[in-house]
Amino acid sequence: MANSTPGIMRQKPITPWMYLLPALIIMTVFIVYPGINTVYLSLRNPENTDWAGARCIEGQPCWGIFENYRYAFTSTVMQTAFRNNLIWIIIMVSGTVALGLLIAVLADKVKYESVAKSIIFLPMAISFVGAGVIWKFVYNYGSGQVQIGLLNAVVTALGGQPVSWLTEPRVNTIALIVVGIWMWTGFCMTNLAAALKGVSDEILEAARVDGANEWQVFWKITIPQIMPTIVVVVTTMVINVLKIFDIVYVMTGGNYGTEVIANRMYVEMYKNYDPGRASAIAVLLIIIIIPFMIMNIRRFQKQEEMR
Amino acid sequence: MKKNAVSKRLSNLPVHVILILLCAIWLIPTIGLLITSFRPVQDINTTGWWTIFAKPQGYEEYQTYCASCHGEDGSLISSADLSDADLVQDYRRSITLTPSLSREIDGEPHMGDLPVPDEDTTASIAAYMRKLSGIDTTTKFTLDNYIDALTGYRGNKTYRADCASGTQSLDLHCDIRDLANPRGMGRAFLNSLAVTIPSTIFPILISSFAAYAFSWMDFKGRQWLFALLVGLQVVPLQMTLIPVSRLFAQLGLNGTFQGIWLFHTGFGLPYAIYMMRNFLGSLPRELFESAYLDGASHWTAFTKLAIPLSVPALASLAIFQFLWVWNDLLVALVFLGGEHPVLTYQIGNMVTSLGSGWHLLTAAAFISMILPMIIFFALQKYFVRGLLAGSVKG
Repeated sequence: MANSTPGIMRQKPITPWMYLLPALIIMTVFIVYPGINTVYLSLRNPENTDWAGARCIEGQPCWGIFENYRYAFTSTVMQTAFRNNLIWIIIMVSGTVALGLLIAVLADKVKYESVAKSIIFLPMAISFVGAGVIWKFVYNYGSGQVQIGLLNAVVTALGGQPVSWLTEPRVNTIALIVVGIWMWTGFCMTNLAAALKGVSDEILEAARVDGANEWQVFWKITIPQIMPTIVVVVTTMVINVLKIFDIVYVMTGGNYGTEVIANRMYVEMYKNYDPGRASAIAVLLIIIIIPFMIMNIRRFQKQEEMR
Repeated sequence: MKKNAVSKRLSNLPVHVILILLCAIWLIPTIGLLITSFRPVQDINTTGWWTIFAKPQGYEEYQTYCASCHGEDGSLISSADLSDADLVQDYRRSITLTPSLSREIDGEPHMGDLPVPDEDTTASIAAYMRKLSGIDTTTKFTLDNYIDALTGYRGNKTYRADCASGTQSLDLHCDIRDLANPRGMGRAFLNSLAVTIPSTIFPILISSFAAYAFSWMDFKGRQWLFALLVGLQVVPLQMTLIPVSRLFAQLGLNGTFQGIWLFHTGFGLPYAIYMMRNFLGSLPRELFESAYLDGASHWTAFTKLAIPLSVPALASLAIFQFLWVWNDLLVALVFLGGEHPVLTYQIGNMVTSLGSGWHLLTAAAFISMILPMIIFFALQKYFVRGLLAGSVKG
């Protein structure tokens, strides 16, 4: 942002607001007001006729006005959702970033770089729903002799027993995360590849001349240089993963122990018609995201100072 | 020198292996679905899609026992042309084929020096002969899945078969009108377009104005207002769904296109303004200064200078917003639902209700992917640029 605009550009004080007004009104109506309203609703009972404390039952634990939050924090299904979201974050973020970095580094060394990158990047263009169908077919489980799902065909060809990937509680969340990794590695790869191109060749050459091998060059020079980008990619991915909904909704509907926070919110609102609990879950989600939001703003301000 | 090049190639070998392997893993699931969407429904449910690369049944046996005399395509002996349907008609099962194989022809055994094949082998040969002669007309690939998905056909046969025999369900007309069947993907495709196009244009239009103000106008609170905008970018959709659907219920906007346009516009704005401001703000200041010196108003500078110069950024933004809205499920689920089912909604429904209707699901999935894929391949440059602008470029 130009920190001081020259005097020649001055305008009537009203003019900027004319340009901004449509955007500000729409964002207020659709983001700011609903956000605040959600906080309010999270403290109310499902009918929005009284505070949430009214739904407490005698002789059972009660958090008063925060009763909906008691559900959001302590119910079994929400704890499953927390645990799963944590697994999602750990595996999906590390998976996409590591694979994205690996592919970015490798593709840089070959002639068919753009083709390889396009292939990895392609899933970004399709919907989670489409990806859900693609992978549900890969994971298909036939109870009989014939396996039409690729993964079980491979497993049985290697002499193993077919697995019902999406209903087996030990593997199903991982199976869903694989779909997420398949979709989002392209995003990480593209960002990291752009950062890699920005690493100065002279520094790399100097290190090589000094006798460092490729492995050392990568860890001691390349990684520190692209660290800012890695941080950005990781935070973006964490936010994305926290909001993950479509994959779970389409592939398992949150059943068989695959529940996640965002899907639970949808179920509470549109299946159980409980806006109080749904809002409490939504507020929880934003509370988890706020630190990343602040990081985003800080980073932005730093960039502004550097201009 | 030459040795050096070879060893360089060799040291690069693991790179190629890993990269090609990863690309294969990335591609194969999609290819599997694409192939499946063109296979007849019986084939889909009895064999894996990869078996289409195998030779047809009886091919090996035919090669061993018959091909040396009758030829690859069966027509080498004109008096016993195996590509002739009328001839093969008499030997289409092993029960009639076996006696013929053990018979003598012109005083020589039919099979010459080869042993007469056993029952199973003969059956396989008969199957291959049926294919060869065209008696067996079942094909490896069909468009029926796409036709059934587009028209929303849910019967046991196919749309074409039902319409040919006149046994279609009451809501089908067997003409072009069926593309508008509310259950079909054809209608859903149109609905998706009706949702996506305005939801792409509105935020771009509105954000351009705001981004111009943030870039080239001076006003109080500009810095913190923009910082607030950066924060708004990460507000989860879920946070706003409930109050907005209540608001829409009061205004009668639930289940209408106008409602979903407004919502997507609101949610697309923070990112759109951020990205456009980054672009407009990076344009050379002298350009605008000289325009103002020449007496141009902000309006002129905006329409004649800023907008034409930011076409590449607008393109990136348009692609992003288009794909985001096109691929969205949650917003469509909440604000449109079954009123005007869009592609993602329809597929989500099919997944839960059809279970293993893979012939319809695979075709439906590709109908929903075709437009994003075209956009992706045609405009990849802008897509990547937009992606980088959002998270790395400052």
